[in-house]
Amino acid sequence: MDLKLKALTKSIWVFHAATSPCNNCDIETLDLLTPRHDIERLGIVLVGSVRHADALLVTGVPNYKTKERLKKLYSQAPKPCLVVAIGGCACGRIIFQESYNSPCAVDEIIPVDVYIPGCPPKPEAITAGLVKLIKKVRGEK
Amino acid sequence: MSHKVVIPIGPYHPLQEEPEFFRLYVEGEKVVDIDIVIGYMHRGIEELSEHKHFDQVAFLVERICGICSSSHPYAFVLAAEDILGGEANIVPERALYIRTIIDELQRIHSHLLWLGLAGHFIGYNTVWMWAWKYREPVLDMFEMICGNRNHYGMSKIGGVRRDIRDEDIPILKKALDDLLPAVDMFRGAVMDDPVIKARLVGCGTLTKEQAIDWCTVGPTARASGINIDVRRDEPYGAYDRVDWNVIVEKNGDVFAKTTVRILELYESISIIRQCLNKMPKGEIDADIKDIPPGEGIGRVEAPRGECFHYVKSDGTNRPVRHKIRAPSYMNVASDKVAAVGGTISDAALTLAAVDPCYCCTERLIVLDKATDKKIMDGWDLIKLSQEKTAKLKKP
Repeated sequence: MDLKLKALTKSIWVFHAATSPCNNCDIETLDLLTPRHDIERLGIVLVGSVRHADALLVTGVPNYKTKERLKKLYSQAPKPCLVVAIGGCACGRIIFQESYNSPCAVDEIIPVDVYIPGCPPKPEAITAGLVKLIKKVRGEK
Repeated sequence: MSHKVVIPIGPYHPLQEEPEFFRLYVEGEKVVDIDIVIGYMHRGIEELSEHKHFDQVAFLVERICGICSSSHPYAFVLAAEDILGGEANIVPERALYIRTIIDELQRIHSHLLWLGLAGHFIGYNTVWMWAWKYREPVLDMFEMICGNRNHYGMSKIGGVRRDIRDEDIPILKKALDDLLPAVDMFRGAVMDDPVIKARLVGCGTLTKEQAIDWCTVGPTARASGINIDVRRDEPYGAYDRVDWNVIVEKNGDVFAKTTVRILELYESISIIRQCLNKMPKGEIDADIKDIPPGEGIGRVEAPRGECFHYVKSDGTNRPVRHKIRAPSYMNVASDKVAAVGGTISDAALTLAAVDPCYCCTERLIVLDKATDKKIMDGWDLIKLSQEKTAKLKKP
């Protein structure tokens, strides 16, 4: 396995990109940091700049304004960069498919590694998704 | 020589909620002007709603905001029921109480969430962690009643979708009893703390006249001495059947806004308790089949202020027009006067104080207007705010 990827799975630093969500997936993502779920014990830290991040957590359905920004964010992230789509909107646009301001889903803009569906997914589901992501990168079953 | 520099805040932010974009014009430390750019969250919900039938719209408007996710569907069903002849005339008594309980639980969770974020901005991360820790039992209560932590799916034209089971009521009451000491602790930790007081009093003041001029609503207006609350002025649900007070403060600064929100937590807990005690047995749904042609409005006091929905029906199963006015839209504009004149280290806090589903500070970059050279980024700004608190701590 690529040495870079192997090192990456030890402690993933994540950047949170909200592409016009309804806030819920974002709050549940933040909830992961707070005492009940405390994801920092698994080495997962939320960072302030995408240039420090190993993974991009994308929530919401991109609109014309955020679509360009998401592309830019992904291009600024150091590679390899893993992308996690959190919530039904990021996975498949659910109720907003017919909206005039929702040009495409997240995976049509940047490659997505893990989809975590739910409206919103529970913090436990997000943790499970991140664990699956680590296993996938390591090549474990 | 004037050193006018621009600070863009946003649109991206790692720690907060939605993308929004603020442009601060500063001279030295002082904020002289502010531009607010919104539109990063636009999903065309009003237009979408005109293509869905009435039952689906309640689910759609729930997804406007994940924090006020009971207020928007509630305002929508109130508007639809207004066409049918008013909520009080068609909705069963028990459903009114259940709606009130959900609305108030949502207020508790939203105010705790804001309290935590405000604590983070002034460098009290302990307040953040504790507020969010005590928010979890509230989400558990939601999960018990609705089956989901955040989107409740309870509102339905003519009633509610799920009943509160009798065996759940003692558990809910106990959870409320456990919450009360936590709220007491917050009142002690935030309102009696000399450092927090020194930091927040006089910060981002909005006078009563300014608050009226800028059409603020909700806690932002009540902190500036305007005595408005839709729950009392135009009662819906079971608010006219229970005893509670409207909290009004005079000063209009961030401390007053915090006080209003903390004291509202007590009122909310008391309202839910009274509702659980008084709730009659019976039907929860009036089984409405058709919406006749007509127009209706629905007003609900969301945690951030008045939320307004207008629905026009032409007798088909879809709304012809659906207009939504969310409270943050009014409150965010008041930053234009509240933040101007303050320092940069207060700006992040002042912008956050209206609780506008605000975000973004960590993507803050100070640019020199002439050279576009980066001076400081978002982390520096939060650090500035936290350092100011640290300075106050020292004797």
